[in-house]
Amino acid sequence: MNLQEMIYVTCFLFFTGISGIVLNRNNLLIVLMSIEVMLLAVNLNFMVFSVQFDDMVGQICVLFVLAIAATESAIGLAIICTYNTVKDNIQF
Amino acid sequence: MYLLIIFLPLFGFILAGFFGRYVGSKGSTSLSFVCVLFSFFCSIFCFYETVICHCFVFIRLNSWINFELLNVDWGFMFDSLTSIMCCVVSFISTLVHLYSVEYMANDPHLSRFMSYLSLFTFFMLILVTSDNFVQMFLGWEGVGLCSYLLINFWFTRVQANKAAIKAMILNRVGDLGLIIGLLLIFLTFKSLDYSTVFSMVPLLCNTPISFLNMKFHTLDLICFFIFVGAIGKSAQLGLHTWLPDAMEGPTPVSALIHAATMVTAGVFLLVRCSCMFEHCFHIRSFITVIGASTAFFAATVGLVQNDLKKVIAYSTCSQLGYMIFACGLSNYSVGVFHLSNHAFFKALLFLGAGSVIHAIGDEQDMRKMGGLKNLIPFTYSIILIGSLALAGFPFLTGFYSKDLILESAYGCFTSLGHYGYYLGVSSAFLTAYYSTRLLFLTFLSKPNGFRSMYEQSFDSSYFICAVLSILAVPSIFVGFFTKDLLVGFGTDIWSNTIYVAPENMSLLDGEFIPFPFKIAPVCFSFLGIGCCFLLYIYQPKFLFYIKTTKFGLMFYSFFNKKWYIDKIYAEILGQKVLNISYNLSYKLVDRGVFEILGPYGFTNIIYNFSNYLNKLQSGYLNHYVYVFLVGLLLSFCFYGLFFSISCLGLTQQFLVFDFLKMIFFFILSLFLFS
Repeated sequence: MNLQEMIYVTCFLFFTGISGIVLNRNNLLIVLMSIEVMLLAVNLNFMVFSVQFDDMVGQICVLFVLAIAATESAIGLAIICTYNTVKDNIQF
Repeated sequence: MYLLIIFLPLFGFILAGFFGRYVGSKGSTSLSFVCVLFSFFCSIFCFYETVICHCFVFIRLNSWINFELLNVDWGFMFDSLTSIMCCVVSFISTLVHLYSVEYMANDPHLSRFMSYLSLFTFFMLILVTSDNFVQMFLGWEGVGLCSYLLINFWFTRVQANKAAIKAMILNRVGDLGLIIGLLLIFLTFKSLDYSTVFSMVPLLCNTPISFLNMKFHTLDLICFFIFVGAIGKSAQLGLHTWLPDAMEGPTPVSALIHAATMVTAGVFLLVRCSCMFEHCFHIRSFITVIGASTAFFAATVGLVQNDLKKVIAYSTCSQLGYMIFACGLSNYSVGVFHLSNHAFFKALLFLGAGSVIHAIGDEQDMRKMGGLKNLIPFTYSIILIGSLALAGFPFLTGFYSKDLILESAYGCFTSLGHYGYYLGVSSAFLTAYYSTRLLFLTFLSKPNGFRSMYEQSFDSSYFICAVLSILAVPSIFVGFFTKDLLVGFGTDIWSNTIYVAPENMSLLDGEFIPFPFKIAPVCFSFLGIGCCFLLYIYQPKFLFYIKTTKFGLMFYSFFNKKWYIDKIYAEILGQKVLNISYNLSYKLVDRGVFEILGPYGFTNIIYNFSNYLNKLQSGYLNHYVYVFLVGLLLSFCFYGLFFSISCLGLTQQFLVFDFLKMIFFFILSLFLFS
């Protein structure tokens, strides 16, 4: 598998995430999941380039991004929970 | 001395106009009268020096406009034409000033009236004495302005306002032509002085010029446009409709402006520019046709008018037609001769008519007069003299000039000359007829007015009678006494003023035309007088019968409504132009296209666009994300585009992403999920 094809995969994954946000009508959970997908696509991209250029920095970034993705989804879920207690649903 | 002729009336205007409040109406009338009177004395002196002693005078006061080629001075030139005009103008003006003292005695705005009269005299004198076209144009516009002010003197009357506006606008149409003529003169001759221009005419008479993409001789074009100016001012066919309406002003105004002076400015201009017109055969033919047609047209219309002043106004129009076609047939001196004669008897007629109107309580309709002969015998005799002079009764003033015009017209032996001759003779017949009709309806027929009117009618007092009797003298004698001086065989007073090309001279030929044609004008005048007399005394029922038949009524209303020319102008020209200016230029262009392209449309576009932008903020998360992404993508695209442009050729190596493919992916994904 060469670089070009890898990038196609990651791009496709990223755009899938984006489309999930854009085309999603009213489900907040799907939005959060789509964001996770996007972050994973970015992570995968980092990995690909890290391997391609034989550089550690990319993998370190991936670790940071994973951490940030975890916190982000935690906070996002917390917001959705609060939203649910206030509005009694998670539609927006 | 010479400048006094011109500036005394101005002085009178300033005194009466600016200080009339302090000197009172009596003071202002007497002051302005004295000023004009002395102006008349000075012009008598001027006449003596320039005409009798052949001593031309040029006075150059000051530079007026002076830059590059254009050099216009305040210059005054007194030659024979000018001094004759000066005498006529200041004489008539003096008498009208005197006449107004009594005629307008009860008017609260007498000093304003006097100041306008003096201002008019001043502008008329500026017109005739100037030595360049620009100063002449100043006078030309000035008399138009004063005509407006004087017609509109009783400014509370709607009819007077309308007539004044009409006079001003129709004159302005002609003035536009004159302006074009002057510009062409400057373009061709690079000067506006009479002396320069006229001396250069033979040199430049065949230079071509392109006007409206058509080739013309420059001089033809200049003469045409100058004649357009003369048409407007002298009320020739086409722009004549203002003159009869101008009778809305007070009667002395009609006498001064619309009979004796202002309308003669057009003839004066033709005579002044004679050496230009002599080189333009076609334009002279045009002038002849227009003049002769005007003479005939106005005579037919005057035949059935019922307003005392309108009859005289149409006779003015008709007589101006005579003068114009005399000029068109190169008999300029005859034109001037008729002009000066006509001024006297027409002023007499108008002032006499004013006396009639004054006597019977401001009634102008001739159908409500009649039988005034024994009540106002003096006015009757005056109007009789005036009417006979107008009709060309032998050995009165009008006879000499009118016969001479017709004789020399026949003497041309061209079809144009004959056209002028026949129309002139027939309008001489008509002139005699309507003059007699005027006399008959006003003085001789059975009384038709109210009894109270007749009980109060009286001949006017000293001033009016004095003026009328003074004017009656030249109306009888001036033609005989000045004939040899002005148009006599081999008279040398016109030395350089009038140029007639030798091949166009027909004054001498006029003396040798066949006898029947020579006698015809007088015969027809007599026939007109006799016809009218017989019809009105013995056969008024016949006239009534003719008028009430269907055919006769058609003719009657055709002439009475002035050949429907006013109607045509109002309905076809005026109304259409007003409609166009409202619908097209105002509604469509000014308030339409310009507003849409300009402020109104611009704010509308901004408003609509901002509304549209507002709607983009729908409050839905997915919309925001979509817009965000599109914006990001576009910025990437532009970045890539500019980047690829900035490093041509190396692009593919440095670009990791292929932006086009990215766009493709994006669009594909959108389609996938939608």
